[in-house]
Amino acid sequence: MALKIAVCIKQISDPEYFSQITLDPVTGSIQRDKVPAILNPLDENALEEGLRIKEKYEGSKLTVVTMGPPPAREVLDWGLALGADEAVFLSDRAFAGADTLATAYTLAEYMGKMGNPDIIICGNMTEDGATGQVAPQLAELLNIPHVTSVSEVEFIDEATIVAKQNIEYGGYLKVQVQLPALIAVVKEINEVRDVTAEGLMDAFDKDFTTLGAAELEADPDLIGNAGSPTKVVGTFKQEIDRQKEILSGSVQELAQKVREKLSEANIL
Amino acid sequence: MSTNSEVWVWAEQRNGKLMDVSLQTLGKALELSQDINGRVAAVLIGDDAGALAEELVSYGAEKVYLVADAQLKNYQSNAYTRIISELIEQYQPEMMLFGANIIGMDLAPAVAARVRTGLTAHCSDLKMETIDGKSQLVATIPGFSGGMIVKISWDEKRPCMATLSSGAAEKPEPDQSRQGEIITVDYQATEEDLKIQTMEMVEKQPAATPVEGAAIVVSGGKGIKSEDDVKLIQELADVLGAAVGGTRPARDAQWVVEDNLIGSSGKTVSPKLFISIGASGAAHYSCGFQKAKYVIAIDKDPQAPIFEVCDLGIQADLNEIVPALIEALKTT
Ligand SMILES: Cc1cc2nc3c(=O)[nH]c(=O)nc-3n(C[C@H](O)[C@H](O)[C@H](O)COP(=O)(O)OP(=O)(O)OC[C@H]3O[C@@H](n4cnc5c(N)ncnc54)[C@H](O)[C@@H]3O)c2cc1C
Ligand SMILES: Cc1cc2nc3c(=O)[nH]c(=O)nc-3n(C[C@H](O)[C@H](O)[C@H](O)COP(=O)(O)OP(=O)(O)OC[C@H]3O[C@@H](n4cnc5c(N)ncnc54)[C@H](O)[C@@H]3O)c2cc1C
Repeated sequence: MALKIAVCIKQISDPEYFSQITLDPVTGSIQRDKVPAILNPLDENALEEGLRIKEKYEGSKLTVVTMGPPPAREVLDWGLALGADEAVFLSDRAFAGADTLATAYTLAEYMGKMGNPDIIICGNMTEDGATGQVAPQLAELLNIPHVTSVSEVEFIDEATIVAKQNIEYGGYLKVQVQLPALIAVVKEINEVRDVTAEGLMDAFDKDFTTLGAAELEADPDLIGNAGSPTKVVGTFKQEIDRQKEILSGSVQELAQKVREKLSEANIL
Repeated sequence: MSTNSEVWVWAEQRNGKLMDVSLQTLGKALELSQDINGRVAAVLIGDDAGALAEELVSYGAEKVYLVADAQLKNYQSNAYTRIISELIEQYQPEMMLFGANIIGMDLAPAVAARVRTGLTAHCSDLKMETIDGKSQLVATIPGFSGGMIVKISWDEKRPCMATLSSGAAEKPEPDQSRQGEIITVDYQATEEDLKIQTMEMVEKQPAATPVEGAAIVVSGGKGIKSEDDVKLIQELADVLGAAVGGTRPARDAQWVVEDNLIGSSGKTVSPKLFISIGASGAAHYSCGFQKAKYVIAIDKDPQAPIFEVCDLGIQADLNEIVPALIEALKTT
């Protein structure tokens, strides 16, 4: 059983540096040019799961796909070095400003017209936009079933999988799904591998395709900012207005003070 | 698209119980429906869910679209997506809200993509605001791990769809005398529906008192260094009747349960009192309790950023101050 596997990955601003993200005092837009970029952590797990499926079913082919601005091609190079067979880079100025629906539409245009994968694997959520909406929307636009929050997948036969979908407090759903389908994975699904020197060398010889809106024959009204039904109307630095009364001294006195404050504020 | 000014809520039931986050979302829908002079309707899908429909009416739903069938007992991704999308197309609500829990976040994006409308993710608030002279729905979303607030609105497509975070709105008071209309909708499985089927659902109870919904939360950080410290924090929590949360390092060290991690990767809480102990106050953490009414921070480092986000700061060693606090508060 040979499968066509597509893994969606996204480059994000490194969350370690989120405190350095500022707002342009004039335009109010988010400035993150000085923030280093990384591959979204859960997308490493998505790729790992794809690689495991590929290794299990001989003859399978794994394609890594991202939509993003020119620097985002780095994450595809990384995916190739880790073992993906080919990379597809959806990059065009016209894709900029996409909300999740426009992002999903663009990914779906590639998948539906050229990729036709048996299984699509995504991360459950990114750490920057962090909506978790792209995966279910991509599946929906392709008219295939999806399962999010997946911590285990098992192939029953070549056309059926059973996925474990984690829910709150350690509960779960066991979901049986007909392929083609999409799964979005959580961290506990696997331990990711490290890139090897050999992998880095091999990456140079693999297919890397860049596609823009024209090649995809995408509807201009459905991509990028124009195709986004949600509109950002403002961005603010988080302001927390607190009394900030800071005390030190003997712990007995401090404890009494806390007690007084709490009764004053009618909390106890 | 002209709409009928209904604000819809997907009322999620698991094993015949309405989810708290759905009732909170209903609370938000009631607020919004007043602002737009509309009506609140709930969409309820399950097996034998008639009693739950009555319960939704008691919480303030003026209409309940009830879809009951044995096959719909547990969440079924394709079937639920189709049912809700078809109802939206038929009745054209102005807004549709979902609780932002795992199943809500699985379902809402699929519905939004099928009806081709905008969806905002895990909103901390939803309000009508005037933009360019027009009254519009605006979602407040914490971005970049809580350091930023992004406000998002919708274009002309309807319904405006959103998922609302747990704790972002209050559950209304039930009132048995309320009257509402229950509209039963037939269900017939299609081949499409059956491409994905939930075979089994296992629900688990929280391992500790959940921080969400608790009136008082005591939260510990990396300043906790031993089992004895953990006991101390628990003792303080017991004296106050509080739930125990913690920072990521505290969670990693298993001093607090995974479910009670506070912050951008965990829970957002809005208790009347939040006591942070031995946590430095990183933005990823502090965004989790910015809705608390009163915040007390305890840290031995006077420079700790936690002192910038508290009402009362106590600069002290937790091993000394916590026992003193337990003594002082025991007698209240
Ligand atoms: C603070 C903030 C809030 C936002 N809120 C909203 C909102 O409420 N509604 C809305 O519609 N948009 C919103 N956006 C825009 C949204 O983040 C972008 O559309 C983004 O391109 C995709 O969403 P995400 O990062 O949330 O992805 P998620 O849905 O969290 O991503 C899940 C998975 O989908 C795949 N994936 C996502 N993006 C790509 C890509 N470009 N290429 C390949 N695979 C991908 C990856 O496998 C990823 O792990 C917001 C953006 C920000 C910064
Ligand atoms: C993408 C991303 C998401 C994240 N999400 C979260 C999240 O959801 N929640 C979260 O908490 N973190 C999160 N983090 C991590 C976060 O950035 C901080 O690293 C973390 O909150 C620090 O935890 P802490 O305050 O317990 O530890 P530290 O920063 O090490 O602080 C410990 C504090 O304890 C004090 N202390 C030590 N001993 C004592 C004593 N005896 N008495 C009194 N005080 C003492 C110290 O002075 C210090 O201020 C995230 C990080 C990233 C990059």
